[in-house]
Amino acid sequence: MAKKPVPKANSRTPRRATEKLVMEVHDTPAAVQGAEKFSAPTDRGTALIEMRDISIAFGGIKAVDHASVNLYPGEVMAVLGHNGAGKSTLIKILSGAYKRDGGQILIEGKEVKIDNPRDAKALGIETIYQTLALADNVDAAANLYLGRELKTAFGTLDDVAMEAECRKVMHRLNPNFRRFKEPVSKLSGGQRQSVAIARAIHFNARILIMDEPTAALGPQETAQVGELIKQLKAEGIGIFLISHDLHDVFDLADRLCVMKNGKVVGTANKSDVDHDEVLGMIIAGKCPKGAVPGPGAMREAA
Amino acid sequence: MSDATNTSQGPALQSEGPIQRFFRATEIDARMIGMLVALVLIWCIFDIASGILRGNFGGLLGGSFLTPRNLWTLLVQTSSIAVMSTGMVLLIVMRQLDLSVGSMLSLVAVSGAVLQVFKLVPVLGVGHPAIWIIGVLACIVLGTLVGAFNGYITAYAKIPAFIVTLGGLLAYSGLAFYLAKGETVAPMDKTFEIFGGGIPISWLGPFWSWLIAAVVCAAIVYGIVNGRRQRLRFKFPLRPMWAEVFLAAIGSAAVLGTTRVMNSYPWPFKLIENYAKANNAVIPPGVEDKDGAAICMAADKVVRCTEGLIYYTGYSVPVLIALVVGLLMTFLATRTMFGRYVYAIGGNPEAAELAGINTKWMTVKVFALMGTLVGISSVISSARLNAATNALGGLNELYVIAATVIGGTSLAGGVGTIYGAMIGALMMQSIISGMSLLNLPAAFQNIVVGIVLVLAVWLDQLYSRRVK
Repeated sequence: MAKKPVPKANSRTPRRATEKLVMEVHDTPAAVQGAEKFSAPTDRGTALIEMRDISIAFGGIKAVDHASVNLYPGEVMAVLGHNGAGKSTLIKILSGAYKRDGGQILIEGKEVKIDNPRDAKALGIETIYQTLALADNVDAAANLYLGRELKTAFGTLDDVAMEAECRKVMHRLNPNFRRFKEPVSKLSGGQRQSVAIARAIHFNARILIMDEPTAALGPQETAQVGELIKQLKAEGIGIFLISHDLHDVFDLADRLCVMKNGKVVGTANKSDVDHDEVLGMIIAGKCPKGAVPGPGAMREAA
Repeated sequence: MSDATNTSQGPALQSEGPIQRFFRATEIDARMIGMLVALVLIWCIFDIASGILRGNFGGLLGGSFLTPRNLWTLLVQTSSIAVMSTGMVLLIVMRQLDLSVGSMLSLVAVSGAVLQVFKLVPVLGVGHPAIWIIGVLACIVLGTLVGAFNGYITAYAKIPAFIVTLGGLLAYSGLAFYLAKGETVAPMDKTFEIFGGGIPISWLGPFWSWLIAAVVCAAIVYGIVNGRRQRLRFKFPLRPMWAEVFLAAIGSAAVLGTTRVMNSYPWPFKLIENYAKANNAVIPPGVEDKDGAAICMAADKVVRCTEGLIYYTGYSVPVLIALVVGLLMTFLATRTMFGRYVYAIGGNPEAAELAGINTKWMTVKVFALMGTLVGISSVISSARLNAATNALGGLNELYVIAATVIGGTSLAGGVGTIYGAMIGALMMQSIISGMSLLNLPAAFQNIVVGIVLVLAVWLDQLYSRRVK
């Protein structure tokens, strides 16, 4: 890999990190090649993140049942499945929103403890939720820095500094954005999405979880999100993409993992399977030849 | 990006009337103006009505409401509710509620009084300076603990705040009754009484009042200048110069005007006489005038007259406490992470939790803060009455909630301002005391306050719908 994004991340200001990111995508062939190299998921050493045998039950229902999935740097892993298949739940365990009943989470081979969203953020795991998870009554800058506010020397909120940073970030993501003083409830869906994305990438995430990132967006905005995912990949960020949309998945993902009834049906390289096979995995739980079957795969004999 | 973005670049520049332009330039909350207008309207109506019903007592419009004396009393009466309403704003903004503040006030006041009267005085002796210090601290600490207890149960046992504090309403008032044995616990320490604003040493007098006013005016101007400099530094859009000057002028005028009114309320003449005698002040000779506020010597007797020795009250301590609390709470709500989190939790509790905010602990802290403010209010109330009873905080919870809601705090959470709640408290107290001025039966007071509460929320909703 061309560089490790994580260790030095904190010493750089977020703004510079994102600027650099843009430059690398467009100007540095090495970085792009680096990203290409990762698209073939054969033996590549330690996974950026590995979730092993994760289980969680709500009441008597096993929402996630011994699911295992991993993610390498610079890779987009799509997690697919019906409504209620357990994909959102699995990913919420990773983001700290739910506490797992069993299983291990390893980051770069080391077991980590994720009991709440703060733990996840401390490990560089950022999430963009389907519901966007913005505090509707405060402005864009307050949302961008929610939970990580900039402070003045006196310990008070440094609103002007936050607004200034917010203006820079938003200018990059969405140059038309001008409504910095208004609560985000007054913004359009696309604008709210920009704020949510800005919040996730502004703090040097190394693992990004996107839960239906394009569900509420028009075609132009969807394309923009796609561009963004490619940029982030090139920087070596690992992305979990949860989606219903097979087009999205085949456009953006490198690998995919299908879940059904809380279990993993199978994991495959995008190039090894086609649309129909993936649909078969989602609907019938039938694992095709190109995929590695999981515990949820329909038995051949049955 | 999309077309939707282009149509929504800030407030539209076309077809904007002078009024909208004014509000946008000055960034004044139109809702606050509405509230202030309503308040002034209520004052004027009461002044005119009291003039018609009871004759002219020197009010601005020929009645007895808009007199320095009444306005001064109004502020003193408002201070206890105003202090508590600032905490209720944060609770309601965070989608919580505390129904127990009235009972809590009784409990805290009674406990403080029992401590002072039955425990400290026998040991330390009457008038020992430690008594009032321990008394005040005990009230504040106990209030904080009771509030934190409410919050802990709400947050960690996941029982709705409505139920927890409804239980508290019953339990705390029962406990207060038990502690006081149903009796009035009195008298309080002399120094402690300063917090009630009922005795001359709790009145600041014109000099200190003007000094405070001057400092506040300077702070307003500094705040505006500093804000402008900050915005310049980051190259943000600036308010037009006339708007800045207007804000500084109107802010200073309000402060100076209030101070002027406070400084023109003379002490009751009996107190002037007592004070003059105690301090060997010279009482000038003069002509007797039964309506005068000053005192003078006429034929070797102290009599009331228009020209003579006179003292003015200026701000009183409880009003000052309420203003300082309001200032600190505004600072807390708008300038600190704590306040930011309160609003974020109110806007979207799930998002706040996912952003890594410890919402449970925040709930405990905000309830505890509410308790601290109840502690402060209990000091004001019991010092003012110079006694504590288990009925001291009766119905206070409803007045506090009503003041908060009249002040524009949404019960849906996420929206509300400290100053709004304080103006709401003032509005409610104005109605209550205005009706006593008109000699209306006490029953009417609650009827009208109830109607005003519902009306205020209705008007607020109409306004919000139109703005959307």
